[in-house]
Amino acid sequence: MRNTNVFAKIDWVTILIYVMLMLIGWINIYAAVYNTEHYSIFDFSQRYGKQLMWIGAALLLMAVIMLVDSQFFTTFAYYIYGFTILLLIFTLITSTSVKGAKAWIKIGSFALQPAELAKFATNLALAKMISQYNFKVNQLESYFKLGLIVGLPILIILLQNDTGSALVFFVFILVLYREGLPGILLFIGFLLATIFIVTLVYLGGVNLLIIGVFYAVISWFFLRDYKHLLLLSIGLGLLFFIPTYMVGQMGYDINVGKIMMYGLLSYAVIFVTRALLSRHTIKILIYSSLLGSLIFSSSVGYVFHDILQTHQRARIEELLGIKHDPLGVGYNVNQSKIAIGSGGVAGKGFLNGTQTKFNFVPEQSTDFIFCTVGEEWGFLGTSFVISLFLALFLRLIYVAERQRSRFSRVYGYGVACILFFHFAINIGMTIGLAPVIGIPLPFISYGGSSLWSFTILLAIFLKLDSNRMDVLW
Amino acid sequence: MNPDVQTNRSLVIAGIFTLVAFVLVLRLLNLQVVDDKWKLSAENNVVRKVVSYPARGLVYDRNMELLVYNQAAYDFLATPREIEPFDTLTLCRILGVEKEMLVKSLKKANEYSRYRPSVILKQLSASRYATLQEQLYKYPGFYVRSRTLRQYPFPIASQTLGYVGEVIDRDLKKEEYYVSGDYIGKRGIEYAYEKRLRGKKGVTYQLVDVHSRLKGRFKEGRYDTTAVTGDNLVATLDAQLQHYGEELMAGKAGAIVAIEPATGEILAMVSAPSYDPGLLVGRVRGKNYAILQKNKDEPLFNRTVSAAYPPGSTFKPVNGLIALDEGVITPYTKFVCHGRASRPIMCTHDHGTPLGLVSAIKESCNPFFWQTFKACLSNYSSTKEGYMAWAENVKKFGLGSSVAADISGERSGNIPSAKFYDKLYRGSWNSLTVRSLSVGQGELLCTPLQMANVAATIANKGYYVSPHIVKRVVSPKGEEEALKFDRFDTGIDPSFFDETTDGLRQVVTHGTGQSAYIDSVSIVGKTGTIQNSSGDDHSAFIAFAPMGSPKIAIYVYVERGVWGSRYAAPIAGLMIEKYIKGFISPRRHYLEKKIKESVLLEPDEVEETNEQEE
Repeated sequence: MRNTNVFAKIDWVTILIYVMLMLIGWINIYAAVYNTEHYSIFDFSQRYGKQLMWIGAALLLMAVIMLVDSQFFTTFAYYIYGFTILLLIFTLITSTSVKGAKAWIKIGSFALQPAELAKFATNLALAKMISQYNFKVNQLESYFKLGLIVGLPILIILLQNDTGSALVFFVFILVLYREGLPGILLFIGFLLATIFIVTLVYLGGVNLLIIGVFYAVISWFFLRDYKHLLLLSIGLGLLFFIPTYMVGQMGYDINVGKIMMYGLLSYAVIFVTRALLSRHTIKILIYSSLLGSLIFSSSVGYVFHDILQTHQRARIEELLGIKHDPLGVGYNVNQSKIAIGSGGVAGKGFLNGTQTKFNFVPEQSTDFIFCTVGEEWGFLGTSFVISLFLALFLRLIYVAERQRSRFSRVYGYGVACILFFHFAINIGMTIGLAPVIGIPLPFISYGGSSLWSFTILLAIFLKLDSNRMDVLW
Repeated sequence: MNPDVQTNRSLVIAGIFTLVAFVLVLRLLNLQVVDDKWKLSAENNVVRKVVSYPARGLVYDRNMELLVYNQAAYDFLATPREIEPFDTLTLCRILGVEKEMLVKSLKKANEYSRYRPSVILKQLSASRYATLQEQLYKYPGFYVRSRTLRQYPFPIASQTLGYVGEVIDRDLKKEEYYVSGDYIGKRGIEYAYEKRLRGKKGVTYQLVDVHSRLKGRFKEGRYDTTAVTGDNLVATLDAQLQHYGEELMAGKAGAIVAIEPATGEILAMVSAPSYDPGLLVGRVRGKNYAILQKNKDEPLFNRTVSAAYPPGSTFKPVNGLIALDEGVITPYTKFVCHGRASRPIMCTHDHGTPLGLVSAIKESCNPFFWQTFKACLSNYSSTKEGYMAWAENVKKFGLGSSVAADISGERSGNIPSAKFYDKLYRGSWNSLTVRSLSVGQGELLCTPLQMANVAATIANKGYYVSPHIVKRVVSPKGEEEALKFDRFDTGIDPSFFDETTDGLRQVVTHGTGQSAYIDSVSIVGKTGTIQNSSGDDHSAFIAFAPMGSPKIAIYVYVERGVWGSRYAAPIAGLMIEKYIKGFISPRRHYLEKKIKESVLLEPDEVEETNEQEE
């Protein structure tokens, strides 16, 4: 009865953004693969032709999910999760290695990546667990259960040697934060991981900038202290941007990183002391964590470069994609930056890109599709795509917050966070802000497997949302 | 849980999303708008697929004398979308071309592809290239690719060596290896041994800047392949003998083929008139080719394998051998000859009668071979069957089908089938109808190569090895590969060849072939004078030498040479002497000079072709 009207209750804003992103992807895949021999955009022997088929199939898939009873997902959440875990194990045991990862099941000519399915399955299981009556996130037992649900797929996927996909699951910490995980845990975890990676990937300066920005955001939310934030911003401006500008202008060789490090350190020491004197607990925590992360950052660099053995270092570098293949990755990011950078403000125009045409950029239609956007559509194009993604994420949060069922809300946050992680890392790696871990840009990158997984992920949430009025608390 | 805290948290998460998006936009702003470095890098970063063409294999003669080698030449290419406005006139001056030509080629290139390079001008000489190279940086989008052109130390054996030309659509469809603009062997050795000679193209992916200056190799050359030089060939030809043969044939039309009987190696292959192989190299090739094609004497036509002539009396030994093998005559069988009164074929020589095989060969007695031929055909229940058996026997000598192992453009000649005569004479024919075959005329057609092979078969007493032009392939690393060729047996008793050879020896010592006689080498041979309804008769000679241990088998055919003994026999004699002794005895210099200077061809009115690549 109520289900007959299902399409009227769909959040069409989300659908609109979703379709727009897919079309942007399709056009850019065409441009990336374009050559004079196959110039018809409907040539099904080429990637853009195939992508069009997959987009069609994805829309069909979405329609089908819309017709499924939303009770199905809440009821079978654990079963779907269990099945996916078995599939992951099955893949680990049986599949042959593709690009070093045993992550694919081949069914005829179609290759399925169970790690993609694990994303929405884990999301369902997490939503189911948290939505259980009287479940409290902040209990040791809950930590253990939640850790198990998220940790199991991570472990198997890591064993499959597919680090990139495994890292995606860490984003669930944001979902847990929304559901009551102490903010300080999120903050510390996020900060340490970021500092660790950033310190290893970049040379002096950038890591400190990121520490500073994190600190600013966190202190804003905990202290609502405009004064400190202003002070910090001015400090950063003075310590980072001006010296950088001067170095560029005058050709002096100044170690910006060192100046910043000393600046931030003295800032942190002063404010920790002040907080200790005023006995303000939250302030003590925040300032000492800033101090701690600064020390952590410099010690990570020190330990990594001076204490670890060469082969140990190589392992970590490979894991983070820093030096997996100096000819490969370093080269790729550089070429990718050149491609995007050469786009300028308005881009070179549709099909006029040169950098993405001649195979300078590897995986140009899959992981590095954003290069084509950058080269041919310029800064206007890239910021439009980013805005579109941001609009999608904010819309998803908005929709998640309007849910009456906790299950739907948790799932909705999961969708937003998973998409966000892919978005941030994928674009980040094309512009040299994130390690190259080879995950696709949702709805835009070439490939049926990932497009359908993201579609399923999103469609289930839209289905849940369309039924939100039917669900009691 | 406090709902306010939760709402705050959704804001925190939204804030994180926004912040990250903001950082990405900020970074992109810097990358795409603020920082010029990346734009310069992109310009500096044009990848160019450069195909390196391997040097084509060299060709040596049997004494390792160089016959064909390479010289560098340079193609001038352009990628239309990389071209910037430039001074057309200056570039034309450097290239040495008309402005219209350059504009036209560029337009064509643009129509072909804006992204891919097209050849604007082919085969610049080294001196032009030297000037161009210094100026090239002024012309972005243009660059140069080096190629090799064929060069010939001696202007000999042009039809045998063949030539190289640009691939045509058919080649492109047949083999993926080739792309438009590639060169491929078109004729002769170049064609037959294309796959060995061409080597393997290499590809380098280069990063070049906006000025076409090399910036390094794409991905450190991990996708590059190196060009592999083609294999060198050792031909069976004897350059000196070939050269000598061409001198002797100057001013005449016809062919000489000399074979080493034991191995089937072709020592000389002269097709006259000939042309300088250097004419068909480089940019002038098309023009020269057209001129050569217009020449009425057809220098491009390889008469050694493509011309099918009636062998005339040079075929008589084959008929004699077949009759001996069939048992229709013995060495002691004698037939009566009525001289010029003989019917149905008269005898053109005066000699004693009756006469046996040896004398018949010596005297080239037509009535004897007519009787022999008639006996062969009557040996079966019907003439048709007899004829079919005879034709099969003839084919055992390698006649009627192509016989060479590795020579392009070879014709099969013609041994008419019984069916052919059925049709021609509406089923009513007998040995009398086809009597011309008994003296090697009528519909019987053989190429000079096939007849030289017949000479080799007689010299070998019954077998031949497929005549061939290349004996060894030498890889660039120096690994040698001797090529193997099939041996074919006629199945005729070797003793029958002794009788025939005796007769052939007497031809040279006392008979019609005395003009081939030399003191120092025992030549055996047979003249042939082939009736020609449209002018002087053709002159032919089949021979091998020395008699006891044959080293060379030869066939000479001179169109309109009047008598077999007038041109073909002395030429064969001189060739044999040159090959076996290495020089011509002073007594015979007069003859040599006379042959070299005699001109049978009428002067051609078509313009001379003497322009070669600078």
